[in-house]
Amino acid sequence: MNLLEYANQHLLYLDGGMGTLLQKAGLGPGELPERWNLSHPEVITKIHTDYLCAGSNVISTNTFGANLLKFTPEELDTVVGAAVENARRAQTAAGVPHPTWVALDIGPTGRMLAPYGDFDFEEAVATFAATVRLGVKHGVDLIFIETMSDSYETKAALLAAKENCDLPVFVSNAYGADGKLMTGASPAAMVALLEGMGADAIGVNCSLGPRALAPVVEEYLACASVPVLLKPNAGLPRANGQGETVYDVLPEDFAREVTALLQKGVRIAGGCCGTTPAYIRALTQAAAEIRPLPIVPKERTRISSYTHAVSFGDRPLLIGERINPTGKKRFKEALKAGDMDYLLKEGLAQEEAGVDILDVNVGLPDIDEVTLLTDAVCRLQAILDLPLQIDTADPVAMEKALRRYNGKALINSVNGKRESMDAVFPLAKKYGGVIIALTLDENGIPPTAEGRLAIAKKILAEAEAYGIPRHDLVFDPLALTVSADANAGIQTLTAVERITRELGCHTSLGVSNVSFGLPCRDAINSAYFAIALSKGLSAAIMNPYSTEMMKTYHAFCALYGRDENCASYIAFAERLPASSPVVGATATAPATVADTAASELQYAIGKGLKERAAEITSRLLGQKEPLQIVNEEIIPALNTVGVGFENKTVYLPQLLMSAEAAKAAFEVIKSALRDAPVAAKCCFILATVKGDIHDIGKNIVKLLLENYGFAVVDLGRDVPPEVIARETVARHAPLVGLSALMTTTVPAMEQTIALLRKEAPWCKIVVGGAVLNPEYAAAIGADCYAKDAMEGVRYAEAVHQSL
Amino acid sequence: MIHTLTLTPPPPHRDTVLRYAGISPAAAYGDPSLPSLLEDCLSLAAEPSAFSVCYGVFPLRISGEDLDLGFATLSSADLLALWKDCRHVLAFAATVGLSFDRAVARAEAHSPTRALLLDALGSERVEALCDTFCQRMATQYASEGALLTPRFSPGYGDLPLSFQIPLFQALDCSRRIGLTLNQSLSMSPSKSVTAMVGIRYQSQ
Repeated sequence: MNLLEYANQHLLYLDGGMGTLLQKAGLGPGELPERWNLSHPEVITKIHTDYLCAGSNVISTNTFGANLLKFTPEELDTVVGAAVENARRAQTAAGVPHPTWVALDIGPTGRMLAPYGDFDFEEAVATFAATVRLGVKHGVDLIFIETMSDSYETKAALLAAKENCDLPVFVSNAYGADGKLMTGASPAAMVALLEGMGADAIGVNCSLGPRALAPVVEEYLACASVPVLLKPNAGLPRANGQGETVYDVLPEDFAREVTALLQKGVRIAGGCCGTTPAYIRALTQAAAEIRPLPIVPKERTRISSYTHAVSFGDRPLLIGERINPTGKKRFKEALKAGDMDYLLKEGLAQEEAGVDILDVNVGLPDIDEVTLLTDAVCRLQAILDLPLQIDTADPVAMEKALRRYNGKALINSVNGKRESMDAVFPLAKKYGGVIIALTLDENGIPPTAEGRLAIAKKILAEAEAYGIPRHDLVFDPLALTVSADANAGIQTLTAVERITRELGCHTSLGVSNVSFGLPCRDAINSAYFAIALSKGLSAAIMNPYSTEMMKTYHAFCALYGRDENCASYIAFAERLPASSPVVGATATAPATVADTAASELQYAIGKGLKERAAEITSRLLGQKEPLQIVNEEIIPALNTVGVGFENKTVYLPQLLMSAEAAKAAFEVIKSALRDAPVAAKCCFILATVKGDIHDIGKNIVKLLLENYGFAVVDLGRDVPPEVIARETVARHAPLVGLSALMTTTVPAMEQTIALLRKEAPWCKIVVGGAVLNPEYAAAIGADCYAKDAMEGVRYAEAVHQSL
Repeated sequence: MIHTLTLTPPPPHRDTVLRYAGISPAAAYGDPSLPSLLEDCLSLAAEPSAFSVCYGVFPLRISGEDLDLGFATLSSADLLALWKDCRHVLAFAATVGLSFDRAVARAEAHSPTRALLLDALGSERVEALCDTFCQRMATQYASEGALLTPRFSPGYGDLPLSFQIPLFQALDCSRRIGLTLNQSLSMSPSKSVTAMVGIRYQSQ
């Protein structure tokens, strides 16, 4: 019988613990359980048989840790083959009347994915893929991905399963006592991610007993439209005083507690650590009379980040539009220079301003968008937990970014053109995502609401053909310029209303387009935004720094019953400045100079006063030439602090604060010098070597070098020697700085230096990091050892002078 | 067997955080902006947080120069001296989780000083967690008439860093507390500690 059909009509029983039983049978500490498939096949087969006899429908092969990190490819083949064979033999031996299936069991790798670990996402996918392919080769009936405590690794495993087989895939995560995965995901976020990618059943295993897992299970039931599975531990383990481990939930209690959750809608159940065939028998008996509850499709439009899900329809959602280089000179420059910090700051500032979602667009004519978009997505999701809207017209860039996104993304965008639908829908189907659909097609944008509605219907039909549900589409009926066409505003508003009412779909608008060519655009934008919201608009791509737009948004939520007790409105209002036009007032306030430093600016930098340094600099720009400010104020101030650091009168945090203040001053000067940038000193390539993921020291060096005018190219951390050599050659950089924190990564530093000597013999190499000293640095072939950031700067200055 | 527990260490000790960040407390408190930045960083740890520890007790057999822990054998003169009267070893792994790594990475984007202080705070927190755990264990063993030796980590003295590999496997760190080992033998989350403590019964 077909597994999924059976599961649709019946409760499906999984097996119980394997590890606990193997330990009882003599598995030693540190011994790999998967080897027992070969060394003790009779023990494994007996355990499977006992579970089948106890009522399990699905038994999982003893392959939890069977992967290429622990076995050679040949061993892995043998291990998986033997594991499947043991399970098949058990099916024959048990000869039970109920239908049974064999699942390929896949557990986590035990490695952390980058950026917080060193395991590359694609490497993780490849690792899981190898196990999946062997499972398929040896004839399993389904894939069971379980005990995953990280959303990103779960995604890698599910992707590997989907790309390498057509079998049903069940995915189960391990939640902590706080109801979250160890890396932060909520159940709702996991449901969005896993359903989006097409998992056939999803749920929860391990960690805790059934009662403690109940809140997590209930959240799954509230969100999921696929069968929910539960495979809890037999409570918590403790030593019984005779050198044995016992679990505190007994079979009957376990069965009762799991049954209570079956009655709430769980469709697939078994046990994890500490459970035995007795638990499964008790469960199947206790649940014998239960009729499974039907699975109700939830039809919610939901996206997610690595921590949480965001639903359309609860209240209007704000999508921050600022990560987009169009019309932003400084942003373009930053992207071209590979300066990701600029983009990250834009992300952080928009989060602070209160957006729900960040749009990410890095499209520029002469830029490698494919690489840059993925890089931007990875960097943003490392430090921000807002869901991202991936915004590109390039399907290759879109696919790469969706693949690496740690959640279910918002996809911007598809439209009614055949070419667009053919490119975007397969990606959405594979990776999951909610798609922004623009109501235009080969004939352009229809002038009327009626025409746009017709395109929306066409897009819906085509999406359905791909198996994409209508709630995964959000329509953008396109705000057009009202100054060019008096009817433009009203037609779009009508389209919003009709799409909401007649199609039951959510809508989004890029609001500010409406005011092109008009003065005082904020007034038009915010009024338009208010009307659109009242017509049912679910989301807007907008500028969250616009006070008028934010006022409108918060006022709308308060007025439309979307803000209980007007709490967010009040909080928002309290953050508003007392009266709006006070810009410049603080800048002219005289700063009190309580020091003997040469000038106000030098004092501000010396004391690390970031805002004040920026204010004074803008004021000075009216009186002095920019370069004069740099040479007469900023550099002398930095030098004083640097000497203080070397003489140990200034400490590292103070040196850094001064450097930040100087950087703030430089930023002001840079924006004043838009067309004639300050001539930088020579190029300095900076990287933490392969295998090392620590970069706090390297970032300190970077900040100081930038202050001293070097054109720093920061290659990041865990950088392979070939990349460092390639970039050094490409830029003909005269200086390379390498950092390593671990003794184990110094060999990688040595390899990097050797490669640089060969490929870029002209460059000078300075090294630093906790494990190095001058002798060690000389032994691995570096030109200089810098014990701290200032020494690095001094060396760079000396090399620059000699050029 | 391996146990998992969550513990809440006492609130952060400001002077220790400052020392880890490379500044003397006196200099820091005299600075015009550091104290407020420090308080801002400390607010991240304002809520008492429960952090995870997993641990196990392993029998120790000493034969000649070799120390046999059941899951691995090692030769270390330092540990031989430290554990000479011990029959058991308590091994543990402690982590304050990824939130500190994320907070540091976030701060790197806009303020390296803040990143430095948060990094120091994470180090202080994980040390405080280890102290809390070891005190708790010391009290428990004292009631059984046993004393605990100071904690000793892979990479200390003559115990090679590569001992992280068997230790991680024996403690089942990734599954128990989400602590993973990188190829360089550094740990993720980075604010984590693995260590071993000898248990010496006074009758011995």
